[in-house]
Amino acid sequence: MDQVTFVLDVMIPAFQNGLLMTLALVAITAPFGLLIGIGVACGRVYGGKGVSWLMKMYAVFFRGCPLLLLLFILYFGLPSFGIVLSPFVASVLGFIFCNSAYNSEYIRGSMISVKEGQLIAAKALGMTRNQAILNIVLPQALRRSIPGVSNEFIYLIKYSSLAYMITVIELTGASKLIATKYFAYNETFFAVAIVYLALVTITTFGANALEKKYAIPG
Amino acid sequence: MTEEKYILRVENIKKSFGTNEVLKNVSVNVKKGETVCFIGPSGTGKSTLLRCINQLTIPDSGKIFLNDEEVTHAGPRINYFRQKIGMVFQNFFLFDHLTAVRNVEIALIKVKKMKPAMAREKAIFELKQVGMAEWAEHYPAELSGGQAQRVSIARALAMDPDIMLFDEPTSALDPELTREVLEVMKKLVQQGMTMLVVTHEMGFACSVANKICFMEHGLIKEEGTPSELLNNPEFERCKAFIGEFREYSQ
Repeated sequence: MDQVTFVLDVMIPAFQNGLLMTLALVAITAPFGLLIGIGVACGRVYGGKGVSWLMKMYAVFFRGCPLLLLLFILYFGLPSFGIVLSPFVASVLGFIFCNSAYNSEYIRGSMISVKEGQLIAAKALGMTRNQAILNIVLPQALRRSIPGVSNEFIYLIKYSSLAYMITVIELTGASKLIATKYFAYNETFFAVAIVYLALVTITTFGANALEKKYAIPG
Repeated sequence: MTEEKYILRVENIKKSFGTNEVLKNVSVNVKKGETVCFIGPSGTGKSTLLRCINQLTIPDSGKIFLNDEEVTHAGPRINYFRQKIGMVFQNFFLFDHLTAVRNVEIALIKVKKMKPAMAREKAIFELKQVGMAEWAEHYPAELSGGQAQRVSIARALAMDPDIMLFDEPTSALDPELTREVLEVMKKLVQQGMTMLVVTHEMGFACSVANKICFMEHGLIKEEGTPSELLNNPEFERCKAFIGEFREYSQ
């Protein structure tokens, strides 16, 4: 098989399917990772002692546990407790735990950096604590956490390749299959690296635009 | 006897931070439309007293009444009282991520549940009142200190408060900016707003206050009309404090 036929008939269709799977993993993980991250950060900063401790433990556990190990536990370990997850669901769950734990730290840092006066002024206007957090603290904290959260999003794109280890044929998995089948390691892995680079570059531009759009003057 | 005439009653307020007794036993009554200025050296509890009035600081004991309703121990109803007690801070505390007009309207929308269009109308009206309408779309970082303070006054006024608390509103400003803020406050006095002002601006206190309270060591050591305090202060420390002011103003 010549190079052109290999690229057109084998590599591109395989990459297409793999890419769709990678995008599905990322697209489902990212919003949940962000929302749970916000919840965990709020719990840590503004929750009572108990809630704050629980949220801290969440972050400590899921940041501390290697992601691959977490995926193995979810996919291979849980069935012994009667919980059987599909490879896709196990991957998404593992990614959400990991992604949200890291996001919670970026957002927590940003929340702490919001000046105390902002919360005091909101309360003085008659806002409840929750209203003040939701309308005043979070909008500022989220703006400040865009660099950190987008960095985590980039990591997510790349560590989504770990799903291959529990049989999800995403981009890396698809490339590994054709690389071994056609004994074309170099061209396949270089090509897939370029696809990841393109995804990360697009994300970086998007994050920069977002950062610029929501920058707080001063 | 004439208690019902008081819009605000502060009774025997005490507050300590650890071993530091900041307010020892402070009582003050304010009638509707009155302007009461609190003067005295730094660290004597003036700002803490204001913060106790709207419960941003919870006093250890004592009671506070607004329109004969108890503000202390109000539970969740404190958010209602805080709408009725406007507060302006030394460092403005404008919401950094919101433009001037959004700063003014946000509590109208979120707290008073006003429709956005109505809230915008009200916010622009209040900004006009303080001469800041043309700066409506600017962010706090793009405003001078005096402008930011005027926006924060508009933000508090938008809630239609019964009384306004000013916590050293001009202390972070240079003399020129101080004047523009004091002008706005004088206008409020003329409109009959009830105001409690912690200030070092003796000129302002003397020209607009119905009553000046001199505070020291967590107590109101002396109170009276501006002329009583300026011309005939009884308390030695008050004499010295006002004397220093006079010396510098000459």
